[in-house]
Amino acid sequence: MTHTLSVLVENKPGVLTRIASLFARRGFNIDSLAVGITEDPTLSRMTIVVSAEDTPVEQITKQLHKLINVLKIQDLDPKEMIDRELVLFKVNAPPERRHEIIEIANVFRAKIVDVGKNSLTIEATGVSDKLAAMEDLLRAYGIKELARTGKIALARGSKDPQ
Amino acid sequence: MRITGAEALVKSLQAEGVEVVFGYPGGVALPIFDALYDVESPRTILVRHEQAAVHAADGYARVTGKPAAVIVTSGPGATNTITGIANAFMDSIPMVVITAQVATHVIGTDAFQESDMTGITIPITKHNYLVKSSAELPEVIKESFHIATMGRPGPVLVDLPVDVSKGELEFHYPEQVNLPGFKPTYKGHSKQIKQAASLISKARKPLLYAGGGVLASGAWKELKELAELMQLPVVTTLMGKGAFPEDHHLFVGMPGMHGAKYTNYTITETDLLIGVGVRFDDRVTGKLAAFASKSKVIHIDIDPAEIGKNKAVDVPIVGDACNVLTAIIAELRKMGAEPRTDAWMRVIDDWRNRFPLHYHTEENVLMPEYVVERVRELTKDRPTVICTEVGQNQMWACQYTKIREPRTWVSSGGLGTMGFGFPAAMGAQVGRPDHLVIDIAGDGSFQMNTQELATVFINKIPVKVVILNNGVLGMVRQWQELFYDQRYAFTTLGQESPDFVKLAEAYGCLGLRATKVEDVDAVLQQAFDYDGPAVVDCRVAPGACVWPMVAPGGSIDEMLGGIPGGPLSEMLDDELLEEVWE
Repeated sequence: MTHTLSVLVENKPGVLTRIASLFARRGFNIDSLAVGITEDPTLSRMTIVVSAEDTPVEQITKQLHKLINVLKIQDLDPKEMIDRELVLFKVNAPPERRHEIIEIANVFRAKIVDVGKNSLTIEATGVSDKLAAMEDLLRAYGIKELARTGKIALARGSKDPQ
Repeated sequence: MRITGAEALVKSLQAEGVEVVFGYPGGVALPIFDALYDVESPRTILVRHEQAAVHAADGYARVTGKPAAVIVTSGPGATNTITGIANAFMDSIPMVVITAQVATHVIGTDAFQESDMTGITIPITKHNYLVKSSAELPEVIKESFHIATMGRPGPVLVDLPVDVSKGELEFHYPEQVNLPGFKPTYKGHSKQIKQAASLISKARKPLLYAGGGVLASGAWKELKELAELMQLPVVTTLMGKGAFPEDHHLFVGMPGMHGAKYTNYTITETDLLIGVGVRFDDRVTGKLAAFASKSKVIHIDIDPAEIGKNKAVDVPIVGDACNVLTAIIAELRKMGAEPRTDAWMRVIDDWRNRFPLHYHTEENVLMPEYVVERVRELTKDRPTVICTEVGQNQMWACQYTKIREPRTWVSSGGLGTMGFGFPAAMGAQVGRPDHLVIDIAGDGSFQMNTQELATVFINKIPVKVVILNNGVLGMVRQWQELFYDQRYAFTTLGQESPDFVKLAEAYGCLGLRATKVEDVDAVLQQAFDYDGPAVVDCRVAPGACVWPMVAPGGSIDEMLGGIPGGPLSEMLDDELLEEVWE
């Protein structure tokens, strides 16, 4: 089962290493990890996606809590969270096929952010399923390069304390 | 007034009340040792190997409950501390290890004697710091001691670049720490405490299972009070030895792989296991599915990650053992709970009588167990600290000593570090100068840190090393005998080399030898009465095994060796057990 952990940490050198190595030495594989500073520049939020059963995830959560630089951990409920990923696709695009690719981008509300002689670069955001569907379609044209951010997520506003 | 970083470090250690530094200097540690040179306190003890400095700080902390500091140089000096730090981490022992580091502007350039100590020690420290400026040093030291000692204790490492210890700062020591991510829970949840008290009041076959957490918390008084109030039998783990007096009628031994049969039967039969400051380690539980399988489980620990880690728990209580036990006692008193374990204790006593610890004896053969028994008897009336090395010596020491006072037992539990006992004894002796401090050693383990004979001689640290010299790596050999077709691959050391008596003498210590049963008392007595460090080479039977034994991964009531008997299902006295249910 996939868990999305939202981890609020102190924005200090070495914190990423502490967290990543904890997952590794406790036998967990991180599916994706995204880090950036928050509204408070002394804090960073890490969104960590792991595939594991509930009991081991509870154990890794408790171990994470023991790290001095970790302030708060939420195991986000998939039904009660907003999650997004950003992907850049550089796709083979000979002039005669550009039009089709732009159509696909439009359907997925993606943007063309760069045009080369024989390629288009598309920026797309969304949930993983949507991006996977888009990737499937674009593969037919030949994806030259792809970069993705890893998932970021927040709990829905309806879950905030009053 | 502006002072250097090194001076600020010393002042910070003084502010923390650190009495002793175990250390070893080197290039980039020079400013620090220079600053320690003129002060009365902390006392700095120069060891002969950095690993021993950490074990010494470990032994000191185990007998005093207070952290010591370790100070070493960068690179090899620092990496030599790793085993000691890992050992302290596994056993939750507080200490602050200060490693000097190359100057900040050359960090990352593979400078001479540079090693990435914060990187290396992430998995084996509670926390660590690389200090980037002199100004932040006092705050870092304050936080280090706070983290090392609060909550579940453990080692903290501070990596101190040479320009930071040379640089100047305006010193003032912070009174408080600001660590928003470190807020250990001390008080147990009141609902859980009520539930625990209710289960304890109803249980017919309860059992207290106490570990190192009781000693770390200083909860031995409360443990005894609870046990006596409800007449609860008590087992203590290797780490918990001394948390409950071993001559008490409610004491039922040490559980696990080399526990007594009656101890393991008691755990297997209990209907309420009350774990206090324990972690259900595999050497205790054996096959988890069969461990206390008839029992409900209450688990008290200050570290929430330990609860439910290995064994499912019915009543989890996160909190400090002292605090939680006090609350449970108060609750039981309020309820007017009465002890109801009379028949249960008779069942246990029956097992105790039928399946006591037992060892094979032969005429003219000096058995290692006998030596441990004599150490126990000869020190009965003296305040004594028993340290052990790791292996058979450690298990025999567990089985045949009687630890009556808390924090007078020092043994490497989780990591099982050979070479730990002697330097730990050195630290323990510094922490308890009035005690007789004895390291029950094996010839293999002792050889891993014999260089400290110089440290104990020069610093007048009168520890006594009693070597159960069987000339083999006995515990490994035992497994070869049982599980590897008696192919004794690379476990023979030989009793003759080194000559431990001459070795001791070479360092200025007293060296004695016992080869016969009749020698033992006189030789031990002479060592114990000697006003200085002594080594006693006891030439014991080479083939002796530690019995009884649970095969690795086996159920703990199915034991090899010892008095025939077991598994538990065959050993129950139905008549007696029926009384429990009356």
